[in-house]
Amino acid sequence: MLDTIKLKYLQGRKYIKDIKNAPMKEQFRGFPIIKSGDIDCSCCPTGAISKNPNSIDMGKCTFCGNCKCDAVQFSNFYKLASINRDALIIKENMTPEEFEKIAIQSRREIKKIFSKSLKLRQVSAGGCNGCEMELNACSNANFDMGRFGIDFVASPRHADGIVITGAITKNMAYALEDCYKSVPNPKIVILAGSCAISGGIFQNSKEINREFINKYPIDLYIPGCPIHPLTFINAILNFIK
Amino acid sequence: MNWIKTENNKKINALEIPTISIEQMRSDLKEMKLRPVGFFGKQEFENVRLYVTLADDKQGKLYISSVLFTPDIKSYNSFTQDISQLHIFEREFYEEFKIEPKNHPWLKPLRKNQDEYPFFTMQGEDVHEVAVGPIHAGVIEPGHFRFMCQGEKVYNLEIMLGYQYKGIEDLFLKNPDNRLAESVCGDSVIAHNMAYSQVMEALSDTKIPERAQIIRRIALELERMAVHIGDMGAIAGDMAYLMGASIFGTTRTLVINTMLEITGSRFGRGLINTGGVNFDIDFEMSDKIRNVLDEVIKIVEKTTKTMLKSSSCISRMERTGTVSTETAYALGAVGMAARSSGINLDSRFDFKDRWYEKCPWEEDFKFTGDVYSRFKLRYKEVKQSARFIDDLLEELKDYEDGLKVPVGNLIRNAFVVSITEGWRGEVVHTAITGANAELIRYKIKDASFNNWYMLAMAVRNNGISDFPLCNKSFNLSYCANDL
Ligand code: SF4
Ligand code: SF4
Repeated sequence: MLDTIKLKYLQGRKYIKDIKNAPMKEQFRGFPIIKSGDIDCSCCPTGAISKNPNSIDMGKCTFCGNCKCDAVQFSNFYKLASINRDALIIKENMTPEEFEKIAIQSRREIKKIFSKSLKLRQVSAGGCNGCEMELNACSNANFDMGRFGIDFVASPRHADGIVITGAITKNMAYALEDCYKSVPNPKIVILAGSCAISGGIFQNSKEINREFINKYPIDLYIPGCPIHPLTFINAILNFIK
Repeated sequence: MNWIKTENNKKINALEIPTISIEQMRSDLKEMKLRPVGFFGKQEFENVRLYVTLADDKQGKLYISSVLFTPDIKSYNSFTQDISQLHIFEREFYEEFKIEPKNHPWLKPLRKNQDEYPFFTMQGEDVHEVAVGPIHAGVIEPGHFRFMCQGEKVYNLEIMLGYQYKGIEDLFLKNPDNRLAESVCGDSVIAHNMAYSQVMEALSDTKIPERAQIIRRIALELERMAVHIGDMGAIAGDMAYLMGASIFGTTRTLVINTMLEITGSRFGRGLINTGGVNFDIDFEMSDKIRNVLDEVIKIVEKTTKTMLKSSSCISRMERTGTVSTETAYALGAVGMAARSSGINLDSRFDFKDRWYEKCPWEEDFKFTGDVYSRFKLRYKEVKQSARFIDDLLEELKDYEDGLKVPVGNLIRNAFVVSITEGWRGEVVHTAITGANAELIRYKIKDASFNNWYMLAMAVRNNGISDFPLCNKSFNLSYCANDL
């Protein structure tokens, strides 16, 4: 017992106090800063880059950094989510501040229903487990998402919405839709990671089935490969508070 | 015997791989008594060629041969009867090419055709079934588990996978890429990307700088530490030892945040490209890594020691989910799970990776095959990896030969096997190029592919409530199995 208490003392406090302004290591590849000039589209594994005018689609990007050049740099700005798919396409000279302004406009009805408590059912459907690991990390003692009333729950019946990761394989399409239907109304759908948003690195697979994305309304897009816990938590907080 | 002898990461001429008859294959397999690491087909016009790769772990050599199935051959007598380790490979081969291994003991779908899956059933008064998944209670990948229980006791667990199946091997043929390799399995980013890069480098005769080779291995060991520490936390969590869960959890964060400082990604994505690495580890970073790891080891040691003083923790782990050495051997288990059951397989040392030559490897692990064994082995490997990293950082000082080199074109008609020891066990990538120097077959075998069946055996005769604990102690990958 005494040892356990000593251990607790050793551990100290590990949680990040101010999640909204948490510092991020400068090496992190987050929001792309794009200028005009020559860029090489062929180096991109997911076809996220377009040129003249230059742009990067964060919904497809794996943030691998292959395309780094004079015209493309990556900042460590991590609030990358948006409620609007098109807003994820970052154009020349766009700053993180400008993006943040347009990315998430919280809706009154969402705030009213979900701001105090949001229970989510996660559906993993054909990714690589990277995004799942980061979603799990959201609940660890560092990020401690539970303190904001946001939790992952076991049953869709207890959930207010679902978080999808992965490109959605044919083999998971049925279970995903089944799960969605089991969530009581009103409910939200969140796509986490470039696989879920666009198919990502697996977009050309013949074994995926993305009908779900076209069939049901999507409320929030959270880019990353994988999504960083700070990206995820801040996205949800901006969305519901 | 008609086999080509080769080595890890060495290119051979695909056209020189011998073709032997099915019966010859059977008698060779029985006689050579080597461990299968590859057993996969490739369409060759209307024929199917079955390639078999065997590992001689003691000598660090690989043996390769093949069998040609003409369209009139629709079946053969299953090799699993004699070489039980092939059970899962034959299921895969059957699923892909519809050539039936007759008298296979468990010929069920592996990752496709789930609708036709014939479940094992049991009848009797106390018997009941528990079906879980594909969507599990936590944030985990999808899979379906069906328990046949007698009261609380599990009689049999059947594991049906395939929900993550996205045809990744075919994607490699269309668009071979390091980012795709990183996404084979997100918890083994470095292991899979390293295996892929080594395959491509061997196929194009590219020699990468030694500095890059060392940096890759440092990342590989960091990955091992991070996952092991995370899993120790997960095991603690499943025993409701929450102090352990939370401390191991935050300690893992220290390791992956160090990875972030080196590579810009918490899992080391973007570090390795064919031809070398994209990020250096300079003096300052070396010091940083050392300091963090000192701290990490200090915490892990203290926490583990405290945890193992608690008799309730020990009693949950001891004799739970035991897999005997014989069972593990018969199933063809590999990696850390196999080592916890007393099978000494580690491709870093078996295949004599030169960068590990100087690393201190102690054999003194007392295995018991249960959850406790897998926990303690993780603990040991965490400390061991920290020492390896320390040595590798020292080594790094002597090599200033750059980080990457341009990659040449692929060479035609070549065949390469690359084996890397990820934290879970061996990651085997095999590639074949055709007459136009294009990739014509890409085959991936993760340790999970061998080890899923171990989990099924581990829970037999255990209480069903111990399943989560058993499961965490293995932490097998769904996507690396489903591909
Ligand atoms: S960082 Fe994104 S846009 Fe750039 S090459 Fe990688 S995936 Fe493509
Ligand atoms: S977005 Fe990237 S990290 Fe997430 S599941 Fe897909 S490949 Fe894995």
